Amino acid sequence: MPGGPDANAKGTCGLKLLPPIAALAFALLIWQAVVSFTGVERFILPGPGLVAQTWWENRAVIWEHTLITAAEVLIGLAIGTALGIVTAIQLAASRFSRILVQPVLVFTQALPVFALAPILTLWFGFGLWSKIVMAVLIIYFPVASSFLDGLLRTPAGYLDLARTMQASPARVLWHIRIPAALPSLASGLRLAAVYAPIGAVIGEWVGASKGLGYLMLLANGRVKTDLMFAAMLTLGVFTVLLHLAIGYLSRRIGRHSL
Amino acid sequence: MTHSPGIFFEGQASISGAPLFARLRLEITAGAWTCLLGGSGVGKSTILRLIAGLETGASFDGAITASDGQDVQSRVAYMAQDDLLLPWATAAENVALGARLRGQSPDTDRETRLLDRSGLSEHAEKRKDQLSGGQRQRVALARTLMEDKPIILLDEPFSALDAKTRSEMHELAAELLPGRTVLMVTHDPAEAARLGHSIAILAPGGMEHFDPPSSEIPRPLDAIETLQCQADLMRTLREPAA
Repeated sequence: MPGGPDANAKGTCGLKLLPPIAALAFALLIWQAVVSFTGVERFILPGPGLVAQTWWENRAVIWEHTLITAAEVLIGLAIGTALGIVTAIQLAASRFSRILVQPVLVFTQALPVFALAPILTLWFGFGLWSKIVMAVLIIYFPVASSFLDGLLRTPAGYLDLARTMQASPARVLWHIRIPAALPSLASGLRLAAVYAPIGAVIGEWVGASKGLGYLMLLANGRVKTDLMFAAMLTLGVFTVLLHLAIGYLSRRIGRHSL
Repeated sequence: MTHSPGIFFEGQASISGAPLFARLRLEITAGAWTCLLGGSGVGKSTILRLIAGLETGASFDGAITASDGQDVQSRVAYMAQDDLLLPWATAAENVALGARLRGQSPDTDRETRLLDRSGLSEHAEKRKDQLSGGQRQRVALARTLMEDKPIILLDEPFSALDAKTRSEMHELAAELLPGRTVLMVTHDPAEAARLGHSIAILAPGGMEHFDPPSSEIPRPLDAIETLQCQADLMRTLREPAA
């Protein structure tokens, strides 16, 4: 039956959402129960109701800081993705570059990128750029390595065919290897969508005057734990939405790929 | 298409020192179908890949020459068991792949004609996942023909198809490839009996040449000479190595 699986998928969409919503509701219930039964101070652990109320009362401030963090994340994501893609293509095209650069690339991953945050603030200042660079550094490797992995795993049959067609390596790369590697790039991007906000927030913790990370630190310092939670949950929702958006885009790009 | 040359293959191959096949000789007749028949692992695909200039993992000691003394590898078109269609491209784009990979603009008239002759006119804009197994192999065949090369190398191209589709593909391939030098590797005696102007059997003991019926190809499925040839091939295949 044509269109059968699609129609089916739409029908089960609501059912698919049910388990995560139920799990979330259950977690909120446990959280509220812990707060109610232990009588813990609100500055130690505020209940979900209080956090929601604080979020609503401070929505303008939270929105303002969210915009800053979102800008850092999205710009970082764009630059990191572009650099990762260019690196992967360059390395895929030349065995010599791979031998030369790959160990360096792996070594940079062995360094704790978080430890670089203070020096980045020193180099790029307290503004957006130190956070953007932090996000770029965090996502660059997953994007580059997953795309490179895909580029190096082109099905051998395609390459045989291209060879008998007297194709140039550059055209094989463009017409076969890159499209065949798009699903691998997509999985790198999905990882990047989750990592980029972490990078930006760490940057904000080290030195910033705006952004959700800054707001969390500020609220924590003033023992406004409810506001800290409100900011943190906002960051969580933003990250999930970003992950979903990237996932949707990747599926559209990769629909006809391998 | 230029004149189709004959091909002479002579040599031996080994994998990490262990012989794959001993020195053997295969003569592929100019402008005709040669079927290379044999069981799995005897090296028949290796012979085809050596002629095509593809990676084999074996070290080859010998010579592959064309009857006109010119280069072989630049004059081959290759088709494998896997259709090797790019899933992100349409049937028409797949047919024109060679031109795109060489940076040439594809001959769209020829492309349309080939799609039409392969019975694919209605499927030109479909992608791989919208085509049946038989249609995919038709696209692969049209792509092979689009290359317009005098030497056609077919590596078990129909072995993944069902019996009905396979017999239809035999007829289509024989109709579309007249005058070309064709080497088809197969493990199916029926296929060789229908399509081979000459048949070679590669067994662990070496290469054996077999005389098929002298009738035109594709030979009718139910002709007594086709069936007899198929039975003789089967018997030869089953003979223990000398």
